[in-house]
Amino acid sequence: MEAIQTKGLTKAYKDIVAVKELNLSVHTGELFSMLGVNGAGKTTAIKMLCCLTQPSAGDAFVNGKSILHDTAEVKKAIALSPQETAVAPGLTVRENLMLMGGVSGFSKAEQKEKADAMVKQFGFDAVIGKKAGKLSGGWQRRLSIAMALICEPEILFLDEPTLGLDVIARSELWDLIRSLKGKMTIVLTTHYMEEAEALSDRVGIMKNGQLLICDTLEGIMAAAGADNLEEAFIHLVKGAAE
Amino acid sequence: MKMRAFAIRNAREILRDPMTLAFGIGFPLVLLFLLSAIQQNIPVPLFQIEHLAPGISVFGLSFMTLFSATIVSKDRSSAFLQRLYTTPMTPADFILGYTLPMLPMAVLQSVICYLAAMLLGLPCTVNVLYVLLFHIPSSVFFIALGLLFGSVLGEKQVGGICGALLTNLCAWLSGTWFDLSLVGGAFEKIAGVLPFLHAVEMERNALSGPMVSIFPHVWWVLGYAAAALGAAVCLFLRQMKRS
Repeated sequence: MEAIQTKGLTKAYKDIVAVKELNLSVHTGELFSMLGVNGAGKTTAIKMLCCLTQPSAGDAFVNGKSILHDTAEVKKAIALSPQETAVAPGLTVRENLMLMGGVSGFSKAEQKEKADAMVKQFGFDAVIGKKAGKLSGGWQRRLSIAMALICEPEILFLDEPTLGLDVIARSELWDLIRSLKGKMTIVLTTHYMEEAEALSDRVGIMKNGQLLICDTLEGIMAAAGADNLEEAFIHLVKGAAE
Repeated sequence: MKMRAFAIRNAREILRDPMTLAFGIGFPLVLLFLLSAIQQNIPVPLFQIEHLAPGISVFGLSFMTLFSATIVSKDRSSAFLQRLYTTPMTPADFILGYTLPMLPMAVLQSVICYLAAMLLGLPCTVNVLYVLLFHIPSSVFFIALGLLFGSVLGEKQVGGICGALLTNLCAWLSGTWFDLSLVGGAFEKIAGVLPFLHAVEMERNALSGPMVSIFPHVWWVLGYAAAALGAAVCLFLRQMKRS
């Protein structure tokens, strides 16, 4: 069974089609990156897959469950780390982790146990008692991902996880994402080519709401006749405009 | 468990903000002491403590609207709500999680106000307990108003609408600072169909007795509380769908 399968998934607003007939499969356990320039439809696609936005047409199946008809089941299987660093600023790192355990339905003892595991995995010891709003951008992103992971999702959505981070913080976050590979299915949106190149098993390139290509890095570079992903991306995106 | 975890988070966020203490407790107390000082020098029946304390108690609730609206609006703009919408939380968990922790805060605010009023000469009678009981529907109205504004307004708009406009409306149209009959006309009529005056009159009458004198004010407040809560739930669910 595929982790995600979309069938003609479409989202249209009044005067714009944000995602147009998206047909996509994400294999269980892989790290799949959605690449595209701003406004390509990546975030809208993720929002539909996370049951945050109703599709205008089509459907998607997350672990075999429809995002239209089985939203409760879909929500049990997924977690999202949104583009904006969505942490509770007045709560400490530990309290943020416990909160996510609590709203996921875990008992107090389970929340504590899972929070401790996250502290260990993410190296939060030095900042555990600090309010999330006082953390640096890099730490906030780490916390954001840890908050998504604490509910033990089968599918993790990372929407632009390194946006606005400096080189070191980005590199540290890449190491963290690499360490998660194979443990769950990860869908990552980014417009950083090097990020997709460094982390992905497969890549989908979107433009104007449409999926231009979906393949392995090698497959995409071969299709574009390019030596690296950036060249391939430019070739494919510019080519589609012609 | 989910609602409880979320409610605890909301209470912590609000109580840890120094502005909560400053505006929720400090400002109403300053007004109470200031107007009582004026009353001692230039006696005005309106500022007698048994008249003034209920007005200040209701005025303080306008800050509950501000706190409630601010946290909802901030959660929307920071995508924190978006994250929570992907969890198994139900709409009821969200609405109760935002509303319930504010209720004890609103009652505590009133308790502090009346304790301060007792220091200023308000008789300590059982009626004060009735006042606190009747403070609950007013609290629900103001908290629901916060949920409503937070669901439709941005952070800056919340500051303007709830922080400036509502507090002024509540002050002018509640009959706390001046006798509305002195202005009369349309102003008095408008005040008569809004809940602020009725909330204050309900507490004043509960304080002075007999208890039957709280009618019909209690119906006005209950009606507005139910309407505000219904509208808040509808608008919150609407923005939840639109997220």
